[in-house]
Amino acid sequence: MKPAAFQYFRPATLDEGLSLLAEHGDEAKVLAGGQSLVPMMNFRLARPEIIVDIGAIPGLNGVALDHERLTLGAKVRHFELEHPTFDGPLAQLFATAAAHVGHLPIRKRGTIGGSIAHADPAAEWCLLATALDAEIVVQSTRGSRNIPISDFFEMYFTTAIADDELLTEIWVPALRDDWKTGFSEFSRRAGDFAVVAVASAVRINDGKVTEARIAAAGVAGTPVRLVNAEAALIGTTPDADVLVDVAEIARSEVDPSGDLHGSSEYRQDLVRALTRRALSQSI
Amino acid sequence: MSERAALNLTVNSESYEVSVEPRRTLADTLRDDCGLTGTHLGCEQGVCGACTILVDGDPTRACLMFAVQAEGSEIRTVEGLAPNGSELSALQEAFSTHHALQCGFCTPGFLMLATGVLEQQPDIDDDELRAVLSSNLCRCTGYQTIIEAVQAVRDET
Amino acid sequence: METADHDLWVGRSMRRLEDPALVRGEGRYVADVAAGSPTARFIRSPYASGRIISVDGPVFSIVDLDADGVGEIESVLHRPDFLKVSQPLLARDRVRYVGEPIAVVVGRTPEEAEDLADEVIIDIEPDDDELVHGDVASTNTVVDGRFSTPDFDATMQSADHVISLTMTSHRQAALPLETRGASAHFDRSSGRLTMHASVQSPHVLRTALSDLLHVPEADIRVVAGDVGGAFGQKLPLAREDVVVAWLARRLRGTVSWIEDRTENLTSSWHSRDQQYVLSGAFAADGRLLALDAEIECDVGAWSCYPITWAAEPLMAMGELPGPYAFSDYRVRSVGTASHTCPVAPYRGVSRPSMTAALERLLDSAAKEIGVSPIEIRRRNLVTTFPYTSPTGVVHDEGSYLQAMDLAVERFDFEKFRERQANARKVADSGLGPLLGVGVSTFAERTGYGTPVFAQRSMGVTPGFENVEMAIDPSGFVHVRIGASPHGQGLETALTQIVADQLSVDTDTIRIIHGDTDRTPYGWGTFASRSVVICGGAVQIAAAKMRDRLAEVAADVLEANPSDIVFSAGRASVAGTSVGRPISELARIAHHRTGELRPETIKGLSVVAGYDPAGTFSNACHIAEVEVDPETGSVRVKRFLVIEDAGTLINPMIAEGQIRGGVTQGIANALFEEVVYEDDNILTASMLDYLPPTATEIPDIEIGHLHTITDATITGAKGLGEGGTIGAPAAILNAVSDAISHLGLAVNELPATPDRIRALIRGREGQ
Repeated sequence: MKPAAFQYFRPATLDEGLSLLAEHGDEAKVLAGGQSLVPMMNFRLARPEIIVDIGAIPGLNGVALDHERLTLGAKVRHFELEHPTFDGPLAQLFATAAAHVGHLPIRKRGTIGGSIAHADPAAEWCLLATALDAEIVVQSTRGSRNIPISDFFEMYFTTAIADDELLTEIWVPALRDDWKTGFSEFSRRAGDFAVVAVASAVRINDGKVTEARIAAAGVAGTPVRLVNAEAALIGTTPDADVLVDVAEIARSEVDPSGDLHGSSEYRQDLVRALTRRALSQSI
Repeated sequence: MSERAALNLTVNSESYEVSVEPRRTLADTLRDDCGLTGTHLGCEQGVCGACTILVDGDPTRACLMFAVQAEGSEIRTVEGLAPNGSELSALQEAFSTHHALQCGFCTPGFLMLATGVLEQQPDIDDDELRAVLSSNLCRCTGYQTIIEAVQAVRDET
Repeated sequence: METADHDLWVGRSMRRLEDPALVRGEGRYVADVAAGSPTARFIRSPYASGRIISVDGPVFSIVDLDADGVGEIESVLHRPDFLKVSQPLLARDRVRYVGEPIAVVVGRTPEEAEDLADEVIIDIEPDDDELVHGDVASTNTVVDGRFSTPDFDATMQSADHVISLTMTSHRQAALPLETRGASAHFDRSSGRLTMHASVQSPHVLRTALSDLLHVPEADIRVVAGDVGGAFGQKLPLAREDVVVAWLARRLRGTVSWIEDRTENLTSSWHSRDQQYVLSGAFAADGRLLALDAEIECDVGAWSCYPITWAAEPLMAMGELPGPYAFSDYRVRSVGTASHTCPVAPYRGVSRPSMTAALERLLDSAAKEIGVSPIEIRRRNLVTTFPYTSPTGVVHDEGSYLQAMDLAVERFDFEKFRERQANARKVADSGLGPLLGVGVSTFAERTGYGTPVFAQRSMGVTPGFENVEMAIDPSGFVHVRIGASPHGQGLETALTQIVADQLSVDTDTIRIIHGDTDRTPYGWGTFASRSVVICGGAVQIAAAKMRDRLAEVAADVLEANPSDIVFSAGRASVAGTSVGRPISELARIAHHRTGELRPETIKGLSVVAGYDPAGTFSNACHIAEVEVDPETGSVRVKRFLVIEDAGTLINPMIAEGQIRGGVTQGIANALFEEVVYEDDNILTASMLDYLPPTATEIPDIEIGHLHTITDATITGAKGLGEGGTIGAPAAILNAVSDAISHLGLAVNELPATPDRIRALIRGREGQ
């Protein structure tokens, strides 16, 4: 399986890259790590006429945590997040999720920006971005804008990024030390895409849950927040029995379509099991 | 067809001048244009790992890179482990003594994966090693002897 | 290389001679030969059934093949119920399965070939015809095998218990890591065609090319170089291979085709799409008295050549009784065509699914009757040999019961049952895994030649193997064989046999295989036959060669041939130190023949053949699994094999075969399934069809027994498929054991998490 022919550009600066995207619009695809795009091109499912390889653009790969937010450059490789240079509640969550992204060779080249722009509904970073209320920073020759995650994923493999825009940063609101995170994924084999995955972040003050974020991947065309489960959890003193109840609510609030890797009912069962397991890591 | 790009690739410390379309993958370029057919194609999808090589020391799926992306990088393939008929590397020896290959098709990919991993994480523990070796598929051996071969080299160095 | 002057090579885990080139990346697989050559790309049907209206573009189609008088592939079985079809190399008027090749383009590069393929416009009128070959038959039944012992009904009636079970085996794909492919070169000066191909039977391919292209076999050379795994998928004749050969001759140059992974998963060969409905009549003590079986095999849209699409159903029919002693058997086994990818044997053929069915039946019966799974097998395993099955299959001596006893001893069931009970208490709260253990016992039919194949009445009867052995003037032994190994280490094993027989160093032996110009006609490598049949022929040839050497030595040393002994590369007169190196004798036999008597045959060249009726190896598998009741996922925690394959020429290689086979068996039991949805194959990539990784496969413990019989002259019984045959049954029994306290069991391959969870969910609702 060989790709269809394309014209290749490797801009040396961000401005050059943005100009190329402005000029070629929907005929162009951005190439970063290539771990998601190139397989699709090999299958000829994607046949871009123009490839804009951002590999030579300097920067775009910072990792910085301050009291407001975690700022991740689009070109940060998955591998780097397996061993975060930051700490706090987000560090554990990112490290755990990173270890689930494909296999080592994929993690060495693939980028978080590429993964989020690709918008596979089962992808770990898309799940985390949704769970953590991230903002996606995109740039174009027209300027820069931040897209809230609630507007960002439109459906599977489709985002709000315009044809002339480049995803440059991901902003994740910082979590203070009274937050605890959790992550649980089910896949058929080591390294596979998640059939279902759940990520959670819970804030506990005086033994009670004051804020909760729970999101699931693999149950819809985009990752979804389990708002009913979140509401049920808030105000409780979380113990094993509470989690069983919350997990049951999580199960009933998703309506997944079934496919080869999991029927609808099965995915619902997984949401229940994985919600409980993710939350157990936080209590 | 699109216009070819003239590239200079550094493979196993040697320079290769090739002229390839931008769409030609690094795997196909190594095989068809550099004459290095040791890197094999099993899926062209990035799943099987038979095409694994080292790019700047990192295990990389050569079917997921275009040759045009590889200029300036240090590329290592299986042919570079024991160049010009020289003595086999410790891993190559171990694969043979531990019967970690049968048909040999996945072997170059596993050798490069293991070479890269042991260089970067010489003290990798058994669990993580098995997880890393899960990056590549084998249909013949059942994996156990591959793991044992890599463990043996890890433990003796 | 060490010289064995006192130790034997047979039985040693010698490092493989195949390895150095392969670990250097210097193997020559067909894609390596093809690199840089013009490439063929096939245009394939997107519909499962339809009428071809038109084909437009820079293509070759059946019209071009017809104009050249190219033949059609016919696989024949001489049975009145057999549906014989004649297969054009490219689809003629109709398409019968998604992926069926309709036309072919040739590009200068693989990329260009795909570009050209994109330009081809094919107009097909799809339809819903159920009949796959309505032009030649009014049925989709390709074979309808029926058999019954005369007393079956009476025995069935007399049973204390009748236990029934339905086992469903979902479609599998053999998935060798190297896809199929061929690179054909027409040499203008000699007019010869040379074809490198990733195949299991190079000679059979050569004959088929000759038959179909009407070219003398003498003008065709087929080379199976390094082959990256096959597992049966490279045994049948590939239409594409013949088209590539035709293209090379048509274009008077080189044309290559390397199958891509999507083609391999969707349009090469599938296997094991089967269902077994069994009823067993048991006595009160658990002895099986009679077995009733209804077997259905979906065999896809076309027959495979030369084994035919009757292979799966008829093997299931003939061998279902397995290693158990019972007299009454009634079976109906039907092969049915469908608008799906054609079916061909995959390692084990029908035995993985048939063994799973029978082993699940025994466990079910054990539960109902109130004996343990071990006890019910103890009461039924064959212990007296030779044993003739109800269908007339003769089992030579084996260790069916002893293997199970040894496996049970090593496993420690008592300790396991304790852990299982504790796990059930924890799991009662809905959390924590369930533990299960499963056993399977089976016999693997191997190494059978003409006597067995002839009974099947195939149009092409495989079986024999011949060997040509020569020693050159410098004393090196050339061994030319008709088997065609592709990872099994046969070169090494045969070298060990020859080294022992001739008392020479292993590095003075060359095994030549895979090249039809350089080897005697043979059937290639499949059905766990090579070490038995080819090994046997090699042993016979080596013995003949030893006699020749003895005659030469007798002349040179002025002794009697019967007084000559061989050791450490030397021939000497027994009881003396008078002797000569074998290399010197070889020189004399060619260049100094004046020193020999006139009656002594000059040169050192012998031919030998072996064509046995076959033998059986056997094994017991025990699997321990962990089932997560919330997700249905299964982890294999422990896998134990006790096997008996007689003499192990190279134990390391034998264990490699077991590990690889068990791994494919675990894959069959838990992961791999070809899924069709209407016309579409959903499993068109290895992210959807799921071969397991190292994380899913446990270390496999292996123990050996060695029963030596005269059914195989080397003592080696062959075991290449055993792992695939016993493992699925052991896993299903283990999973069923894990959920048995819930009143549940699994009788489906693969037992996916979704299916297991569905069973448990159903129980939770009560």
